[in-house]
Formats: sequence, structure tokens, C-alpha cells
Amino acid sequence: MKSDIKLFENGKRLDGRKPDELRPIKIEVGVLHRAEGSCYLEWGGNKVLAAVYGPREAVPRHTQNPLRAIVNARYNMAAFSVDERKRPGPDRRSREISKVTSEALEHTILLEKYPRAAIDVNIEVLEAEAGTRCAGLTAASVALVDAGIPMKDIPVACAAGKIDGQVVLDLGKEEDNFGEADLPIAIAPRTGEILLLQMDGHLTNEEFDKALELAIKGCKDVSEIQKKAITKRYEKEAEAN
Amino acid sequence: MSITASIKKDFLEKLAKENKRADGRKLDEFRDIEIEVNVISKAEGSARVKIGNTQVITGIKMDVGEPYPDSPESGVMTTAAELIPMASPDFEAGPPRENAIELARVVDRGIRESEIIEVDKLCIEPEEKVWIVFIDIHVLDYDGNLFDAASLAALAALMTTTVPAERFEVGKDYPLPLKEPPVSCTSIKFNDVIIMDPSLDEEEIADARLTVATDTKGDIRAMQKGLNGSFTVDEIKKIIKASIDNGKKIREQLYKSVGK
Repeated sequence: MKSDIKLFENGKRLDGRKPDELRPIKIEVGVLHRAEGSCYLEWGGNKVLAAVYGPREAVPRHTQNPLRAIVNARYNMAAFSVDERKRPGPDRRSREISKVTSEALEHTILLEKYPRAAIDVNIEVLEAEAGTRCAGLTAASVALVDAGIPMKDIPVACAAGKIDGQVVLDLGKEEDNFGEADLPIAIAPRTGEILLLQMDGHLTNEEFDKALELAIKGCKDVSEIQKKAITKRYEKEAEAN
Repeated sequence: MSITASIKKDFLEKLAKENKRADGRKLDEFRDIEIEVNVISKAEGSARVKIGNTQVITGIKMDVGEPYPDSPESGVMTTAAELIPMASPDFEAGPPRENAIELARVVDRGIRESEIIEVDKLCIEPEEKVWIVFIDIHVLDYDGNLFDAASLAALAALMTTTVPAERFEVGKDYPLPLKEPPVSCTSIKFNDVIIMDPSLDEEEIADARLTVATDTKGDIRAMQKGLNGSFTVDEIKKIIKASIDNGKKIREQLYKSVGK
């Protein structure tokens, strides 16, 4: 879809951001009472909650793996999260996001410690404004930490894309709708391994390299925010004791 | 019943005989209630309600659609509830089951029967176009008494709803026309003891449950009995009185939190 709106002009984007600037991000850890780990994340106009249950016995039993735990991430959008009411329940898009998120999270978890178990990760998008899968994964990995799941690293996600021929970080709503490309990725920040990568639109080889580099840098910045939020949560706990 | 459940039951019953509860509340006392409105800007109206540790978020979306043939000049409302697996280790993903459907229907009835939404003011073109009000309830954290949390969140969300007429190009935006809100209060009974606003532990040992929605005049606007236990007439009267008293306080808090 093409539009008349100029998405990038005079070095600035529609919302005033520089090309390599993230939207504001806020992370809160341990916000739910029943869940073993939880996280609330705001990323620009996105509002996402993640909750972790488990490790617990995987059901139905045929999903069990005798050698390791499985991760069941479930990405779900609230009916009221978007302009046009979304029909409740899973659709093809949310199933796909659930799958790639599960796979990305599985990579850093020490799954062998829990044979036949499932780690259930619930991601609820309460309000959506471009980049919900990145926001969801970022929140989910913080919730996993909060649940005390042993992990080699804390996965983090961020997208880069292209608008008006310019490679930029973390697409906003109009940029996502009318931009030329979107490249969401997730990485393990300690090793730099890429755990999730999707891309749609049109990028030249050169632009892709640039976008990937930018997205990785974005991930690393978000990772710092994740770590700060986690530290803050446990500082609070330590003070209370 | 598992061993821990039966120990819990004994403990709660022993307390109740002395008119006490595990969290120190009186038998007819609610937990602390928090109401926060306008939490979702994409929604036409929204609210997050906490009753103790129970947490529910409700969003209102509106759309233009066809009226029912038997009421060609009235808007339409629908209520849906999701018990998402986030809220409890016992909730499963998938289409709404019995519990979610009952929850949605009880909330729906409280709102529909009290006629809080003035549906006759939601007509755009008779027989052709009317407003549809979608009430979507998301349970985020389940620690007992979903009925009251969900209906309170639905009310608070409705009271902050703006009809998005400009977005649909059918005139100017205006606040959703509402009448006085009814407030629902839920009680449970176990071993002849009746308690208001059950926590999860209390709910798990309940024999019977009764939800009563009352209006500003103290009239009853909806009721729902649940579970396989029973109530006596006196017990029901007692519950209604307690519901009116608690409902009054909750209504005041509701008005305050929506700024009315």
C-alpha cells in the first residue's frame, strides 16, 4: 500500500524519531499474583503482558518429550487491542507467532533439566501498535526469568525496517502499514545468536545488512532495559526482607 | 478432594464458625477494590479492576451493524469473556468453555436487564444501521470472585466509552448514553456460613454461590445462583441486604474513579 504521507523527511520520522531511535519502553516485572513469573511491557503504543507457568507435566501426553521440556508460547491479541475489533481466539497469524516465539525461547532455556515437562508462556497483547511480536517475546523472556526458569541468556527482540528508502529501527504504526520492509529479529544478547528472524517487504542486500545491524543494536539496547527492570524487581524484594 | 484441600477446608470452616476469615476480613466484607479507567486507548472505553489479587481488564469496542428484526431501532450489545491461561494454572487455551460462558452471560444479564445502556439512542438508521457494543472481558489474574470483578470492569469501561461516530462517518462522537449502573455482589455458602466476595480458597470449598446485582434504589436487577448447594429464603434475604450495602459503597467508588 502506498500513501501520500511522507514517512521520512529532513532526517526525522513521522513521530519525530531519528532513524536509529527506539520508541519509549517500560518494563515491569512480577505484576501478576497467580503466575510463577510475569512481566508487563509498554513499547510505544504497545501494551503487552506475559505470564509463565511451569515447568509442569506436559498435556496432552503425546506432546511430552522424554529427554527435555517443551515451551508452549501462546500469543493472543485482546479483542479490544486494535482499531477494528479482533475476533477473539487464535488465528493463523497468532498461531505462527506463537510457534516462532516458542522456538526462539526454547533455545536459551536449559530444557534437559525437565524431561516430559512443559513451560507455558502466555503473551497477551492488550493494545497493539506495530511490533507486538517483538514486544511479546521481550516480555516473555523477562517473565521466564521472573519464574526462575534456568536460562543461558535472556532473549530479546526488536525490529528494523525501511521507510521512504531509509533503513530505520523499530517501526511505528504508519511505518509498518506504509513502509517498504519489516525485519523483526530476536537474539541471545550475550552471544549475539539470532533466535528469530522474519522479514517482509523489499530490501536490497546492502539494506538488509544495515537493517540487521540496526536491529541487533536495538535488541542490545532493549536488553539493557530488561536487565534493569529485573534488577529493580529483586532489589525491591531484597529491601523488603 | 486432595489432602491439602481438605485441610484448607477444615481450617476455613473452623475460622468461619468464629466469624473469621483467613485474610482477616469480616464475613460480609469485600477485599480492597481498585478501578483504573482508560487503560486501552485503542478501545472506545476500558477499565482495569482489581478485587484483592483478582484482576480483570475489560475493553469496549463499537461497530456499525444491522439491528435485530424485532427491535429495528435499538442498538445491540454482546458480551464475551476469556479465561485466558495467563490468569490461572488451571485455565486452558481455546474457545470459551462453560465457566467463561457463564461469566459472560452473568455480566451480560446484569447490564442488559438493568437497561444501563440506552439502546434506543444507538440507532443510526431504523432497520438498517445501529451501533453494536462489544464488551470483552479479559481475566488476567484469578484469585476468586470473577463475577464481580468482571461486571465492575464492564461498568467502568462503559461509563468511559465514547461512541466513535466520527471514525464511522455517521456524525459527531458522543459519550455512550447510560443510565444508573447496577452493581453486582457475589456471596458463597459453605456449611451454612455465608461470606461475601470469596477469595479463591473460599470459592473452592463453596457449596453454593449467589450473585446479586442491585441498583441505586436498592432494587434487584439480576441474580444468578451457582453450584450444587442450596440456600434458604432467609439466607437469600440476608445476601440481598449485604449486596445492597456493599453495592452502595462500590457504586460510590465506581463514580469516583470514572470522574462522575
